[in-house]
Amino acid sequence: MRRAAPLLIGAGLLLPLAAIEPRAWLTLTVAGLAMGMLIFLVASGLTLIFGLMDVLNFAHGALFSWGAYAGFTVAVAVNARWGWAASPSVWANAGLLLLAVAGSVAAAFALGVLLERVIVRPVYGQHLFQILITLGATIVLEELIRVVWGPNDQVMPVPATFQGSWDVADVVVLRFPAIAIALGLAVYAAMQWLLTRTRVGLIVRAGVENTEMVQVMGHDIRRYFTAVFAAGSGLAGLGGLMWGMFSQAIRPSMGGEQLIFAFIVVIIGGLGSVTGSLVGALLVGLAYNYVAFLVPKAAIGVTMGIMVLVLLVRPTGLYGAGR
Amino acid sequence: MSDVLEVEDVHTDIGQHHILQGVSLRVRADAVTVLLGRNGAGKTTTMRTVMGVLPPRRGAVRFEGRAIHGRPPHAIARLGIGYVPEGQGIFATLTVEENLRVAMRAENAESRERMRRVLGLFPDLARFRGARAGTLSGGQKQMLAIGRALVNPIRLLLIDEPSKGLAPIVVEHLVTALEAMKRDTTVVLVEQNFAMASRLGDDCYVMDGGRTVYAGTMAALAADRVLKQKYLGV
Repeated sequence: MRRAAPLLIGAGLLLPLAAIEPRAWLTLTVAGLAMGMLIFLVASGLTLIFGLMDVLNFAHGALFSWGAYAGFTVAVAVNARWGWAASPSVWANAGLLLLAVAGSVAAAFALGVLLERVIVRPVYGQHLFQILITLGATIVLEELIRVVWGPNDQVMPVPATFQGSWDVADVVVLRFPAIAIALGLAVYAAMQWLLTRTRVGLIVRAGVENTEMVQVMGHDIRRYFTAVFAAGSGLAGLGGLMWGMFSQAIRPSMGGEQLIFAFIVVIIGGLGSVTGSLVGALLVGLAYNYVAFLVPKAAIGVTMGIMVLVLLVRPTGLYGAGR
Repeated sequence: MSDVLEVEDVHTDIGQHHILQGVSLRVRADAVTVLLGRNGAGKTTTMRTVMGVLPPRRGAVRFEGRAIHGRPPHAIARLGIGYVPEGQGIFATLTVEENLRVAMRAENAESRERMRRVLGLFPDLARFRGARAGTLSGGQKQMLAIGRALVNPIRLLLIDEPSKGLAPIVVEHLVTALEAMKRDTTVVLVEQNFAMASRLGDDCYVMDGGRTVYAGTMAALAADRVLKQKYLGV
């Protein structure tokens, strides 16, 4: 199945060409890849939290929203002071994006540490309580957003450089999706490097397979739990900000909608597998866009369809180790 | 010589079940202490209680005179106790070398030197060091599990049923390796294979129904047919 995955993606990419004319196909593909990468940011954290800690974290979506609002606040403040969003300077634009990214990741990371220490730690090993308490946390966090920022949609400032499109050899490439794709690949590369080349990553991978064994080898697994939970939360926050810029608007309930996609992707990819999350997210992002173009009403259903198909063929997901 | 490990009237619950109902052990330094008993007698639970995976409800566990019950497993391991669980607990998706590296508490020249010694002790591990551990044979997996415990400086090694499911010739290799090891490490061995236990063991305890019911030397038990019949059915 691991070897078949690239083939699957290839087929998934090219098949729609039969029904869609090439230009529209290219636009849809870029949009699909971008959507996939944004879902990947959310799903990769979720899969590690589930894989390593066996925690069903329904609050992941709320962290996504908080990341979006924190980044939004930074972007608005920076723009009000220096006008970096509308500035023609690429550097000013990039500076705004970087500061917003830092703000969203920092806020979600800090919230993640708090959540893990206060509400997740007492319910390790108890799935029902995890679902209940993280759903409760979601409600509280979402209402807090309404209290702080108001219940209505907010318009996300998007730096001028990243709006519109580039014209590459007569093909229109939307700028922000292209940046989202690049960012997603960079995050994937960084995670792979961290997981396969560093000692912390080695211990985390071992922990995904057998937590107890890692403990009796003398590693304090709780420290790794907190770190992974916080890092996953930070990624969710980053995903929230990027999604906000992608759709140019944010609202308090945005996390809940993305969480469903993220869970589907985690299940398709296999619990605990970062590569599986990437492949699953790209599959879902592409399929959603192609189908939304061809048969708009079937768009949500197709992601479920992929999940059902994958589970029928391989119950542990594309890259799941199965335990 | 004082005792390396002392387990005193330990009671451990798993969920609602009162599994250990009074276990007492004394493990002498530089000896192999064998834990015998039928399936379900509480041998594995005793090991897990010592490691802190299952904290005891009552009683005391002391390592080199220090009380360790109630401490988390990683802290207990760091005192210098290696644990090879039943079923080996190897990381199947990691390579052989990665399995050994995870086991190290710190990666430094000292631990890498110990890894080289482990690879010398088990040539199969050296041969397959880049292979995924899940692809090893049962005997190789067991060697990897023991090897992992030896990449740290340990003064006590707990091994749970190393011969389980292995072919006789592989068990023979294992006995040789353990004999080499017992020269400089205190070992607690849980074993169903009586022949193997009596070759390696110095002291022995028999467990039944969550209690230690016999304590003595391995030689005395091996010579006593009535006792063997009563507790072990052999």
